[in-house]
Amino acid sequence: MSSNDGIGKILGVALALCIVCSVIVSTAAVVLKPAQEANKSLDRKRNILQAAGMLEEGRSVEEQFSVVEERFVDLQSGQFTDAVSAGYDQRAAAKDPAQSRDVPSDEDIAKVGRQASVAQVYLVRGDGGDYEKIILPVHGYGLWSTLYGFLALESDANTVAGLGFYDHGETPGLGGEVDNPRWKALWPGKKVYRGGEVELALKKGAVDPASKDANWSVDGLSGATLTSRGVTNLIDFWLGDSGFAPFLENLRNGEA
Amino acid sequence: MDAVKDTLTGPIFKNNPIALQILGICSALAVTSSLKVTLVMCIALTLVTAFSNLFISSIRHHIPGSIRIIVQMTIIASLVILVDEVLKAVAYDISKQLSVFVGLIITNCIVMGRAEAYAMKNPPVASFMDGIGNGLGYSVVLIFVAVIRELFGAGKLFGFEILPLVTEGGWYNPNGLLLLPPSAFFIIGLFIWILRSADAKQVEEPDFRMAKHTVAEEGV
Repeated sequence: MSSNDGIGKILGVALALCIVCSVIVSTAAVVLKPAQEANKSLDRKRNILQAAGMLEEGRSVEEQFSVVEERFVDLQSGQFTDAVSAGYDQRAAAKDPAQSRDVPSDEDIAKVGRQASVAQVYLVRGDGGDYEKIILPVHGYGLWSTLYGFLALESDANTVAGLGFYDHGETPGLGGEVDNPRWKALWPGKKVYRGGEVELALKKGAVDPASKDANWSVDGLSGATLTSRGVTNLIDFWLGDSGFAPFLENLRNGEA
Repeated sequence: MDAVKDTLTGPIFKNNPIALQILGICSALAVTSSLKVTLVMCIALTLVTAFSNLFISSIRHHIPGSIRIIVQMTIIASLVILVDEVLKAVAYDISKQLSVFVGLIITNCIVMGRAEAYAMKNPPVASFMDGIGNGLGYSVVLIFVAVIRELFGAGKLFGFEILPLVTEGGWYNPNGLLLLPPSAFFIIGLFIWILRSADAKQVEEPDFRMAKHTVAEEGV
C-alpha cells in the first residue's frame, strides 16, 4: 500500500477520479434536463387545472391546458403588463430585489417576506371572449412551511371555483389535510368579498349552511388550527390590496 | 458459490444493517409513511450501495490511504446525483415526495459503512453482492415499517384503500401517530426485539451490569 501514498499518486488518483465523476454527472444532467423541465411544467399545468376544477382524468394535460392563457399582472397598478416574457418565474423573482418588494411586517399577514412585483395569472376564456375562470397563484406560511397553491375564481372575480396547494410541508393527517379532496370540495361556490373587504375565512368546526356567513366560511381543518389560520391569512393577503384586489377590480370594470 | 450466497443473504436477517448494525436509521424514519415512496427509496439505496461497492472495490488497490474517505464519498455522491437526476426525469411525483432524502443517501451510514468495511478489502463481485445484500436488508426493515405505518396510519397500501376510514364513511379510525416520524422508532424497536428473540446470537453483551441494591446497615 505504501506505493499508493506518494504525493504524485495521491494527486493523480484525486484528479482522475474528479474528472471521471464530473463527466458522468454533467452528462447525466445535460441529457436528462429536457425530460425534467417537461415534467416540471406538466406538473404545474396539472396543478393549475386541478385548482380550477377543470382536470379530467384520461385526457392529456397539455391538451386540456391549451384553453388556458398565461398573462402577467403588475400587482401595484393591477394592470396586465408585458414587462416580463414567457418563462418568467414568480417564485424566483420574489428573491430578486430588482423584481420584488419587501412587504412591511404590519401588512405581511401571510408572512411572505418578499413579494414579486409581477405575478403570473392564468385565464380561461369562454366562448364569448369573456373570462370564465381566473386562476391566481397564492402562497403563505402555515405551521411548518410555506404553502404554495392556486386559487381559481369564477368570472365575477368573487366566487371561488377551487383551491389547491401543490407544495407544502404541513403535518400529514392534520394540516396536510389541505390536500384532502373532500375538504377542497367545500371551496367552490364560496364568495370572497363582502362590501369590498375580503371576508372568506376558515371557521372552527363545520360551517352551518343556514348561517348568514355560510357563503364566506369554510370548515377549518380539525387539529390544524395554525395551518387553518395560515390559509385564511394567505387568502386575506393575496386577495386584499397588497395582492390581487386592484387587478380583480380592474378586471370587473373591464379596464385591466 | 456458498460464499456469494452468504454475502447476499446474510445482511437480510443475520447481519441486518438497521437492526444489528444500527445504521441508516434517519432515512428509515423519514420516508416510511407511504409504501410507494419507501420502495423507490429502497431501490435507490440498494443500487447506490451495490455500485459504489463495485467501483470502490475495483480501484481499491489504487486508492491512497490518506484520501480514501474522500475518494469513497466522491464516488458515492456522483452515484446519488445520478439517481436523483434519473428520478426527476422519469418519476417526478415520487422524486418530489422523496425531496432531500435521495440526496441524503450520500450521508447514509450504510453506503459508507459498507464501502469502508467491505469493499476496500474484497474483490469487486463479492463487494457488489454485499451491496445488494445490505440494500435488501435495509429494504426489509423499511418495507416492514412502511406497511404498518401506511396500513394503520392511513388505512391504505400503495394508495389503495384497505381499511375504509371513518372520515370517508368507513369504520376504521386511523392512528395519526403512525404518520409522524417518531412512530418509526417504535416499529423499528419492535422489529429489533422480534429479530433478537428469534435469533439470540444477535443480543449484545451489556456494557455494564446494574449493581445490586444495597441496604445501608452501618451507621444507622
